[in-house]
Amino acid sequence: MTNRQPRIEGIAAPLPRANVDTDQIIPIIHLISVTRDGMGKGLFSDWRYGPGGAEKPDFVLNRAPWRNATLLVAGANFGCGSSREHAVWALREFGIRAVIASGFASIFYDNCFKNGLAPVIIAEAATVTLQGIAERHPAEPVIVDLESGRVRAAEGFDVPFTMDPSRRRDLIEGLDEIGASLAKSEEINAFHAADRLRRPWVYSHKPS
Amino acid sequence: MPARTLFEKIWSDHHVAELEGGRHLIAVDRHVLHEVSSPQAFSGLAKAGRSVRHPELTFATSDHLVSTEEGRTDATVPGGEAMIRAMRQNAHEHRIAMFDLGDERQGIVHVIAPELAIALPGTTLACGDSHTSTVGALGTLAWGIGTSEVEHILATQCAILTKPKTMRVTFVGVAPAFVGAKDFILALIARIGTAGATGYAVEYAGEAISALGVEERMTVCNMSVEAGARMGLMVPDEKVFSYLKGRAYAPVGAAWDEAIASWRTLPSDPGAVYDADVTVDVSGLAPQVSWGTSPEQTISIEEAIPDPAGIADPIARKAAERALAYVGLKPGERLAGLAVQKVFIGSCTNSRLDDLRAAARVVAGRRVAEGVRALVVPGSGSVRAAAEREGLDRIFRDAGLEWRQAGCSMCAGLNADKVGAGERCIATSNRNFEGRQGPGSRTHLASPLLAAAAAVTGSIPDRRTLQELTT
Repeated sequence: MTNRQPRIEGIAAPLPRANVDTDQIIPIIHLISVTRDGMGKGLFSDWRYGPGGAEKPDFVLNRAPWRNATLLVAGANFGCGSSREHAVWALREFGIRAVIASGFASIFYDNCFKNGLAPVIIAEAATVTLQGIAERHPAEPVIVDLESGRVRAAEGFDVPFTMDPSRRRDLIEGLDEIGASLAKSEEINAFHAADRLRRPWVYSHKPS
Repeated sequence: MPARTLFEKIWSDHHVAELEGGRHLIAVDRHVLHEVSSPQAFSGLAKAGRSVRHPELTFATSDHLVSTEEGRTDATVPGGEAMIRAMRQNAHEHRIAMFDLGDERQGIVHVIAPELAIALPGTTLACGDSHTSTVGALGTLAWGIGTSEVEHILATQCAILTKPKTMRVTFVGVAPAFVGAKDFILALIARIGTAGATGYAVEYAGEAISALGVEERMTVCNMSVEAGARMGLMVPDEKVFSYLKGRAYAPVGAAWDEAIASWRTLPSDPGAVYDADVTVDVSGLAPQVSWGTSPEQTISIEEAIPDPAGIADPIARKAAERALAYVGLKPGERLAGLAVQKVFIGSCTNSRLDDLRAAARVVAGRRVAEGVRALVVPGSGSVRAAAEREGLDRIFRDAGLEWRQAGCSMCAGLNADKVGAGERCIATSNRNFEGRQGPGSRTHLASPLLAAAAAVTGSIPDRRTLQELTT
């Protein structure tokens, strides 16, 4: 990610379900791959496709205009279950750049930031309101303003979302987390040097 | 120094640096890899020209998509071979210890980490799998991560974590007959919900935990993530120390003595404060079985399936209705007596020797019911070998259950072991999500005891059946 992304704006698909687990976001069969690419086709595949691969016309991402959605508005505890980062890769490859929900599972939440996907937390009642707005005004964009920390939509919808400012900045600027940690190599090495004296038993096994 | 919890002691022992936004750089003592969540981490590392910082603290196996057939090779589901080979190649190239197919030490990551003493009390352990908290039963601070974090730890031997709040779950009382570790944790999840411990590190405590064996304690810690907690751990006691002594990577000699001295300082201090406290009285529990498509949708075999109409929250009501439609059940029905077509005894939750012994006691001298296929999948090659030394394999085979090679098998739905569409499976694993065990599969989570009983009777047992089968 090299382009600045101060806000995320686009069609928002309503997905009024709680506890959407990562097995639903991407069924495990799509994880058989040594690359990050190609996960988009597996996104919600059990909900998007019937036996034989035919689209299920009722599923929101198979309906216009939501098949071009940039945002998803879901219920509580989105992304629970398996730690598979493939769920985030699948959402990103499909074109989703923000998921708005009243809560996220911890591992999924962290995985989002590492891939430029914004996990946006608003109150549960606000998710229900926003899902209604997305149904009534499907073509109107929903805006996640990462700089001001607010979600805006049609009908004057304008609410703050919960996200630490440093994480909002990471999403805006893009993030090289490993590079940032490696810049602390001296601290890491100092920790290990001291720890080998303090807890030698941690390092006493023979490498095999 | 103020009174500290077990979690806080391990956390501060591993604190390297404070980052922005409440995040911290935490040293990782042990990093465990498997074939499904690691290949993209290695390619990311190569692309950035970075190396593995501490290969001697990194360990690898293949478990998720390996075949569990006798005489297995790398061959498995299409595309799976390439991942098994990538794991082998990456481990070899970076000089990482690899417990490969054909090696008795191969097995499910969370089963081999404790049995090889890769996980130790007072240490930190990370793995690209959400059930990593399993080894918290040894007093290890362990948590699941995504692939980018796998890459981050390979490069830095540190993880980035938001400091969790602490929750203590105290299990009090004496467990009645047929109630054990799996029932404890299912009952907790049913009570606090699948997001009930999100943002918390959970310490399991109380006399009912102390009374459990070390392997049973792992069953409890294993399902922490099903309550939303990334970490679940327990104070290590003498049972843990004797479990670890002499295992492959356990410290020896003077290092062992130093380790024990260090581990004895780990128990939470009297008066240590937790952000949340929950107490579960196990003396009133009955065996637990899940009825829906979330682990929180769990009841005891004495109860009827709840009516969604009684749920006030419209989203939760819809979820319950949807779950009932998916599993093909109705409100008011009882799970006891429900016919099953598949029985799965295995997974990182329940595939250790104690689990297999519990199942073998029930099926010994009996036959698998007509129309039921039952799999017993040991968690590791070592568990399999130990079980065979006791003759458990003969008991299972004579009863008509399949005795398999070690792996994740029917829990992951990622290999050939699957539950067919519309089929009902009683499983000792940890997730009953839609499609988890194969498209259209219907999963009922339960203990090895209940699963074994279902194998020989063909249906989810009631209390009377359990009594008949165990006397």
